[in-house]
Amino acid sequence: MSVNLTLVLTSSVLLGCGVYLVLERSLTRVLLGLVMIGNGVSIAFLVAGGRAGRAPIVEKGGDTSGLSDPLPQAMVLTAIVIMLATTAFVLAMAYRSWQLNGHDDVQDDVEDDMIRHLASRDVTSEAYAATTSDFPGDDSSGDPGEGPDDDPLAADEAEINQERPS
Amino acid sequence: MNALVPLPVVLPILAAGVSLALLHHPRIQRWLSLGVLTAVVVISSALLVQADRHGPQTVWIGAWSETLGIVLVADRLAALMLVVSAVVTLAVLAYSVGQGMTEDEEGAPISIYHPTFLVLVAGVSNAFLAGDLFNLFVSFEMLLFASYVLLTLGGTATRIRAGTIYVLVNLLSSTLFLISIAVTYAATGTLTLAHLAERLAELPDHVSLMIQLLLLTTFAIKAAVFPLSFWLPDSYPTAPAPVTAVFAGLLTKVGVYAILRTQTLLFPDSPLSDLLLWTALLTMLIGILGAVAQSDIKRMLSFTLVSHIGYLILGIALGSRLGTAGTIFYVVHHITIQTALFLVLGLVERRAGSTALMRIGGLARLAPLLAVLFFVPAMNLAGIPPFSGFIGKVGLFQAAQADGGWLPWTVVAGGAVTSLLTLYAVAKTWAVAFWRTPEEAHEALEAISDAADPAPGHGSDDGTHQHRGHVHTSAGTITKNDIEEARRLGNDDLPDRDFHTLIEAGEDNRHSPAGMLVPAAGLVTLSVLLTVVAGPLYGLSERAARDLHQRDTYVSSVLTGEAR
Repeated sequence: MSVNLTLVLTSSVLLGCGVYLVLERSLTRVLLGLVMIGNGVSIAFLVAGGRAGRAPIVEKGGDTSGLSDPLPQAMVLTAIVIMLATTAFVLAMAYRSWQLNGHDDVQDDVEDDMIRHLASRDVTSEAYAATTSDFPGDDSSGDPGEGPDDDPLAADEAEINQERPS
Repeated sequence: MNALVPLPVVLPILAAGVSLALLHHPRIQRWLSLGVLTAVVVISSALLVQADRHGPQTVWIGAWSETLGIVLVADRLAALMLVVSAVVTLAVLAYSVGQGMTEDEEGAPISIYHPTFLVLVAGVSNAFLAGDLFNLFVSFEMLLFASYVLLTLGGTATRIRAGTIYVLVNLLSSTLFLISIAVTYAATGTLTLAHLAERLAELPDHVSLMIQLLLLTTFAIKAAVFPLSFWLPDSYPTAPAPVTAVFAGLLTKVGVYAILRTQTLLFPDSPLSDLLLWTALLTMLIGILGAVAQSDIKRMLSFTLVSHIGYLILGIALGSRLGTAGTIFYVVHHITIQTALFLVLGLVERRAGSTALMRIGGLARLAPLLAVLFFVPAMNLAGIPPFSGFIGKVGLFQAAQADGGWLPWTVVAGGAVTSLLTLYAVAKTWAVAFWRTPEEAHEALEAISDAADPAPGHGSDDGTHQHRGHVHTSAGTITKNDIEEARRLGNDDLPDRDFHTLIEAGEDNRHSPAGMLVPAAGLVTLSVLLTVVAGPLYGLSERAARDLHQRDTYVSSVLTGEAR
């Protein structure tokens, strides 16, 4: 199979830039990165289709030699449609996040934050406390820059996010 | 050619469209969804019987030629998965109708629940039936899109937060899937699994190894295999109970199914056995250690979900017929049990106002039925004899022992430890949430929160709103600091609002509605029944495993003539 070097290069540049953008914090930039990755992958499909040829439209009894491979094109079309829907959904989510928080950053894992927080204060986790009913109450020093020191219990509750049935 | 094959996909999709048109008639919507899912259960069962008696049932959609068309294949494995998924989704739908989640989800776009759920069902069915990689990709997208919507239902802050991670991770895995499809097509010129089974063998080793690794990584993200599992425990528990139940039960198993299908059909002499065994071991151990550390039952169960994916990977990694049979049996068991547990948890949450271990207690006395419903599947999950969990684990361990190397034995040891730790995790939950009295729970909590000395302003908006995490309740307290935010989100469920105080105030829900109780109890009963019919079921799993390893059965039923 012969490969079009221009397409390969374009695809890899798009993928590379996309990956860089996905590593950003802002959801909008992540989305842009995903769109770039999506386009890079679409071009990769064109590469997979082999040498470019005539438009794959077959007339009755016509000549079929030298046609492009239509299958990858059909797949790319499907992928583009899916990408469109995805973009719309992520945009809506970024907007909602901005509505709620005033920013659209991808947020830290609560659990992760909490563990770091507890570790920095050298206290036991709630899971341990729940079984022993004994909690060393060291509340003296928090992380610098973390605002008022808080109740580890309340922080631990954050991921229990179910609405209470009314 | 069998006209029944496409129906499990077509019916829910059509019903989703109709359901969308019936937005203003919720009652008709419910009956429509229930009716369609019941029909899917019946059709899948018929397919299973046919596939078991007459071999794989196939349909080339639109009668396209075998080089171009899309094929749906219902062999024993696919049909078995269809039946289980149909039964489980029906139970979950009945449960959510009973919960009337449509009514107490304030501000949620209510009426889209049913159409979305139906699309999810169609996607799952399509994934099981898909006979080519691109169709598999499309079905993944169908079920993922439905799951994005269900996970962020209502758009509350916590769900948007969890949804962001979930959506991004899955988008990346979908992109990876597309890349692997492009590579596969470039290398072989086909995507039909039956063709690939023949052509991949002709490729140079390094090319087929790359394709295998790409596909494995893609599916491992979906299946939450360590180290690609970290998105799961963070995102699943935030959704409404029935949604979590169906996600936990089905979505990861679709990934496992895809791994099982591609590994057995496309890469029968896998050079990655050892790698898979190691991931199986690590998935089990790290998952269960996470579960032990959790103080919320939902999160605990999400971690056990990750850890038990390890058992399934063990069976696949062995690559023997015994191992595959063990995995198939364990998948059936685990889908049922995990969904049942999450449904019961939804009832627990409704009764006690929370699923945090700190806040609840005494459920064994106050709600004995719930206690039984939790206890039975929990013990089943841990693998206590004679339940199906025990049988499944024994099957897998025997398969590993038949393999004989030191690595399978190590994984068996890891599996045994995981099983014991699962028992520890659920027993702790039992002792704390069900066995001690609410007063004890309250006192323990008081003692802890006294010691921890709540921060100033902690209780400022206590009890002012019904739903945690709603935007209008606490717009002023938002900061970028995640800890701050965590506290804000947790605020509504302050220590003084635990189960005990709810009881004192007479605000606890004393009655679980029958509409929720019956599906949950039904699913628990079904999981016990799996133990009763374990013999025939294991026989079926073994026959399905034999089909998978004799690849000719599959290939020759798909490719009938010209294309071979």
